[in-house]
Amino acid sequence: MIPAIVVFLYLAIVLYIGIFAFRRAKGKEEAEDYFLASRSLGPFVFLFSLFGTNMTAFAILGSSGHAFSNGIVTFGLMASSSAFVIPLTIFLIGTRVWALGKKYGFMTPVQMFRDRWECGHIGTVIFVVQSVLLVPYIIIGIMGGGTTLYTISGGAVPFWFGGAIVAMVVMSYVFFGGMRGTAWVNTFQTVLFLLFGAIALIVIGVGMGGFQTAAQAIQNSPMSNLLTRERISPYYFFSYTFIPLSAIAFPHILIFCLTARKMNQFKKTVIFYPLCIMAIWLPCVFLGVMANRVTDVPQIRAKQEARRVLATQGKTMEPEKRDELRDAAAGDDVIMLLLQRYAPLWLAGLLGAGIMAAVMASDSQILALSTMFTEDVFAYYGGKKRFGEAVQVQTGRLFIVLITLFAYAIALRAPETIFELAIQYAFSGFAALSPLLVAALFWKGSTKWGALAVTVWTALAVVAVAIFQAMVPAPAPGSNIVAWSLGGAEVLSRTPGGTTVFGFMPVVPMVIVSALLMILVSLATAKPRQATLARYFGG
Amino acid sequence: MKRTLLVVAAVALYFLHQDIWFWRDGTLVFGFIPIGLFYHACYAVAASLVMWLLVTYAWPAHLEQEAEAVPEEGRKH
Repeated sequence: MIPAIVVFLYLAIVLYIGIFAFRRAKGKEEAEDYFLASRSLGPFVFLFSLFGTNMTAFAILGSSGHAFSNGIVTFGLMASSSAFVIPLTIFLIGTRVWALGKKYGFMTPVQMFRDRWECGHIGTVIFVVQSVLLVPYIIIGIMGGGTTLYTISGGAVPFWFGGAIVAMVVMSYVFFGGMRGTAWVNTFQTVLFLLFGAIALIVIGVGMGGFQTAAQAIQNSPMSNLLTRERISPYYFFSYTFIPLSAIAFPHILIFCLTARKMNQFKKTVIFYPLCIMAIWLPCVFLGVMANRVTDVPQIRAKQEARRVLATQGKTMEPEKRDELRDAAAGDDVIMLLLQRYAPLWLAGLLGAGIMAAVMASDSQILALSTMFTEDVFAYYGGKKRFGEAVQVQTGRLFIVLITLFAYAIALRAPETIFELAIQYAFSGFAALSPLLVAALFWKGSTKWGALAVTVWTALAVVAVAIFQAMVPAPAPGSNIVAWSLGGAEVLSRTPGGTTVFGFMPVVPMVIVSALLMILVSLATAKPRQATLARYFGG
Repeated sequence: MKRTLLVVAAVALYFLHQDIWFWRDGTLVFGFIPIGLFYHACYAVAASLVMWLLVTYAWPAHLEQEAEAVPEEGRKH
């Protein structure tokens, strides 16, 4: 119970920072101050809060869980590809969005799209698709909170209660602190989970009697393929480089880009982002793999046994039984189990707080949804003009409460693991929306109809993948169900981890078709007025 | 020329991510880090270096100047 108490103490500190520590003197509430901290964040807070915003439960729990089952490939798949693509997109796109936000007062991406392409309702369609794709991200945070508190307390805090506590804490500081509170909480959390990786690595390493013995034991065992990438195909590995395109298309990241005081503050973020990713992901992935050598933790042995049964008898099982075993083999809590086994109680609590820090990154998504709703819908359709800016901020706060309750209700019912839920819906969808930004910022010839085509295509593709996966149950590990082949080539297949199109993850065709649609539809439709183009491209 | 070199560096880094040559290699570097993991850790450091080059030699400073040049009243959307 001691670790759980430390975590509760941590939650109290977070609440204090978010609500009181950096609160401005009470006065007239302005939307730009509440939603964007008056575009005033300094370089340190900007780097850590932007980075922290992008790291979810997924960074610590999902990565170690994925590495536990799939081996070292997890780092190359998700971390090193992000270490290159995300800072590059912040450099190319984030800086431009910041400049346009500063120049024309934009607070959301949809405001920029509406202005750039001279559209109204198409912007609303983009808002709806962005919002629907963002909600799973919020659910991940609540699910991660529930799982973490349940594990840390040894089952004394049930999943539903842990999730409720995390939801309440996040909702409270976002509600009261707005962007300023959220940014400072994120900064505090990022520092904490940057420390987490290094400390966890040392403590568990010492506890296991050194990693050399463990690594060599895995190398000489039937699990040696966890030290290579044999379990993943090169096509799948390549596909994953498209996933980080989603980061800059996430509205909460773009909105965060608008909070910097000066453009120079992007410099440190762009340079240090890859190193921050490495500092968190490398220990988590490594520990996830090494967990396979732990023989005296019954829960880890049970997971390995479930994995073994799935691999050997999975093909002859009913899909429901396979799903059950898949859940039993999932390693989302493996790092927590390692800490419980090897760290002293008080330290396990501190490290648990580090995990909570990553888990609670859903604050920015909640705030972003609220900003988008109040700016893109409430203000756009006349609410701000009619009721004033103070009512707009109150509407944003009400929205925060409603969306948190909604996400919590879903989190209690969702059966998917944290990792699958994130990847299948939010990441692929936002990656497919990234051509919107590239076209808006770099191509004069792009049009609102091209933007609509990209948005509708993204929505349809995400729904199609979800329906396909619901209709065709996941096969046993090591096998595929070919749903459609053409001339001997597998066009569409159901795999144990999801879906492939010509062997690639769906994100690849989704992004390519999005880009093609933007080009073809824009070429065939009327461009915005010259005066509008001049404001974006000069001349 | 400088810009071309930076583009080449960025494109090369993207392709270097696909290190198929270490795909089935389970060699342990320093006796405990699998070589595929070590390579990608080095890759992250290289990414940071390329970002430093971009920030140093291709920083779009004109964007900030343009944004600051707009008077306050012109900023409200």
